[in-house]
Amino acid sequence: MDSAADILTNTPEGLYCPAGGFHIDPVRPVPKALITHGHADHARAGHGAVLATAQTLDIMAIRYGEDFTGSRQIADGATTVGDTRVTFHPAGHVLGSAQIAVEQGGRRAVVSGDYSRVPSPACAPYEPVPCEIFVTEATFGLPVFRHPDPMKEISKLLVSVQSFPERCHLVGVYALGKAQRVIMLLRLAGWDGPIYIHGALARLCEYHVSQGVALGDLRAATVERGGKADFAGAIILGPPSAFASTWAQRFPDPVICFASGWMQVRARARQRGVELPLIISDHVDWPDLTRTIAELDPEETWVTHGREDAVIRWCEMNGRAARPLRLVGYEDEVES
Amino acid sequence: MKQFALLLERLAFTPRRLGKIRHLVDYFAATPDPTRGLALAALTGDLDLRRVSPSLLRGLVGERVDPELFRLSYDFVGDLAETIALIWDGPEQGADPPLPVVIKTLRETPKTDLPRLISGQLDELGPSERYAFLKLATGGMRVGVSARMARMAVAEYGDLDVTGIEEVWHGLEPPFTELFAWAEGRPRPEAAAHAPFRPVMLSTATDFEALESLDPALFAAEWKWDGIRVQATNDRGIRRLYSRTGEEISNAFPDIIEALNFEGTIDGELLVRRDDRVAPFGDLQKRLGRKTVSAKMRASHPAALRAYDLLVHGSEDLRQLPFERRRKALENLVREIDEPRIDISTLLPFATWEDLAALRADPPDAVVEGVMIKRLDSPYLAGRMKGPWFKWKRDPMLIDAVLLYAQRGHGKRSGYYSDFTFGVWDGDQLVPVGKAYFGFTDAELRELDRFVRNNTTDRFGPVRAVAPAKVVEVAFEGLNRSTRHKSGVAMRFPRISRIRDDKPAAEADTLSNLREFLPKE
Repeated sequence: MDSAADILTNTPEGLYCPAGGFHIDPVRPVPKALITHGHADHARAGHGAVLATAQTLDIMAIRYGEDFTGSRQIADGATTVGDTRVTFHPAGHVLGSAQIAVEQGGRRAVVSGDYSRVPSPACAPYEPVPCEIFVTEATFGLPVFRHPDPMKEISKLLVSVQSFPERCHLVGVYALGKAQRVIMLLRLAGWDGPIYIHGALARLCEYHVSQGVALGDLRAATVERGGKADFAGAIILGPPSAFASTWAQRFPDPVICFASGWMQVRARARQRGVELPLIISDHVDWPDLTRTIAELDPEETWVTHGREDAVIRWCEMNGRAARPLRLVGYEDEVES
Repeated sequence: MKQFALLLERLAFTPRRLGKIRHLVDYFAATPDPTRGLALAALTGDLDLRRVSPSLLRGLVGERVDPELFRLSYDFVGDLAETIALIWDGPEQGADPPLPVVIKTLRETPKTDLPRLISGQLDELGPSERYAFLKLATGGMRVGVSARMARMAVAEYGDLDVTGIEEVWHGLEPPFTELFAWAEGRPRPEAAAHAPFRPVMLSTATDFEALESLDPALFAAEWKWDGIRVQATNDRGIRRLYSRTGEEISNAFPDIIEALNFEGTIDGELLVRRDDRVAPFGDLQKRLGRKTVSAKMRASHPAALRAYDLLVHGSEDLRQLPFERRRKALENLVREIDEPRIDISTLLPFATWEDLAALRADPPDAVVEGVMIKRLDSPYLAGRMKGPWFKWKRDPMLIDAVLLYAQRGHGKRSGYYSDFTFGVWDGDQLVPVGKAYFGFTDAELRELDRFVRNNTTDRFGPVRAVAPAKVVEVAFEGLNRSTRHKSGVAMRFPRISRIRDDKPAAEADTLSNLREFLPKE
């Protein structure tokens, strides 16, 4: 091979490495898959074999059952796959999330998966990996996205809890990553009291605790014990989809909050009926995305899901080779 | 500026009126003069700033941001001020200049210096303040707060009656220092303005059963017209037309203003009237909310005032006199001024409540909403009290319609599908004809919510389409022609009056049934 660009190719199933005979985050079942992290659009069930971090494998087993794949292998140090050498490096996105570096003939491609450069108290921080080809996400790839300090956002929530002691605060979070990030931020901000969680968050929260992420006093958000008034002043976390369900009917005049990078755009927040938007993201924002490309200084930048056009335009303006992959199947609106 | 930006943010995201009022009250309590008064003026539209044009802003951002990146961002965000506030490479934690200084600078900067001023401010402010600043500069806060709601918040803050505030409002100017002083226990400001607004007297609803315990000989009755209740005043040459909440609407009705050739204040109904024919409400609606009215519009939609009451005559305040005496004075005045655009609301002859019921059942005009019943000895009092004045509305119009879409509610209705779109048959198709989000009981809401969940056929964001299987009785107060709706009709005050589980969807009403409620052309 004489070009780094031959390490990976684009296929309908997702990125494919011919020399290693594997796909990365494939959207359809394949014989051999390398998985960056446990979010459902990246980690799917039904592959022949899966290579991922131990935590990602655990998370997939929690989500899909133990038989989610034919065989599994923990990524631990460098692994030889076919004619390639593969290493996993923390991506700072969610627990277990990794960038996958694929080396062949002395050249390296890094598939970042989803990543964040704002350290999360719930997972290992992003680690820069020098490379010739950098494959980046572009979920928040527009210059309007500049995520504020997450502690500032959490303090907005706590101020609101104080201002409306008779109401509860229902915070929309995704079960993997965002839930635990928000819980840990609350703990860092000094909220020692109970945090109530929807049943859909329970197993992944337990798993985080087993991995040493001290989430503190978590309780099930059920009303069997008493009435609505029990939740006055409470902070309750649940998946946004549950807010539309009968589950939400049990709470006293809830303040609907949503922790997501999308909350930076007012229309998005209002569309979802959010009363208190919390701009808390587990993806890179525009300054971090462009800074990362500049720091890594790869020969080529490939842009996957999100707002590819703006990132490509930025690369063009800065004299960097870049191309959009236009991968299909990654859900831009979900776990962000 | 930071507190003001925070207030705008809270107002924009708080769905309910009471929540918004609470945020405003908190802000008034925590903010000194003149800042709070300027914020109030920004919300009520009383801040007289030169509007910065969108093209000026686009020019500024074009100097800083690649046009292609800006275009992609604007496409995504959808609001120019918001896009610029977000994309501007200013500080995360910005400056906090006092709101009065920001407003003064905007007001005093000459036009040619505006671009430099705006860039300079954007460079210093944090994201939320940039947004607030751009909204101030471009006018139009769009945070879902009406001028009346802002005044209600002042009333709530000072434990005052909002009608009292409306009475003095037009004599006050930003930063409303005397108003806040009054709210904090000092004396009420004088109604300083000429031609002030005087709080309107309102009625309570009644029905035949309640009327039966009253002596009909003590009451007068007149038609209740479906226009807009207004107050028309001429105070030593200053002429004004107010809505019943004290908004001045003179600009939209120059024809009425020209006809106010008397000294005094008339309470009446604003209508569109062509010769003797009162036009349906939809015609009046076309005249509302305009800054100016074309000659063509004045000719095609001529406004008229139908007088109900006389509050002030010459320099004499008649409000303490009994209705009977005010009415005599009104009859004389309307006769004297002899303006074709101003006529008097006729009194209905009746000896018993049965007589009145018969009149009400068969009004001479489709634009009659019912009858008004007023005690002959009632003084003209501010506000809505039970006893002196009653409205006895015509029975609502009813149709049976099929539920088509549902949307989730806010606050206490979180998690419930409580906003319903319904339709009627047009051939073998159901066409949407209206939306209703009240009228049902809590038990009915739970039933409708369950139905929506179990019969969803499609989802569009927060909206669900449901199988056409649930029939509801919809009550409404009138029907107008509408070019904006696919069905060609628009209902007034539609609400779900009951659930018709006894009726299969195929037997719901048709569009031609519904059209029979349209006013005759």
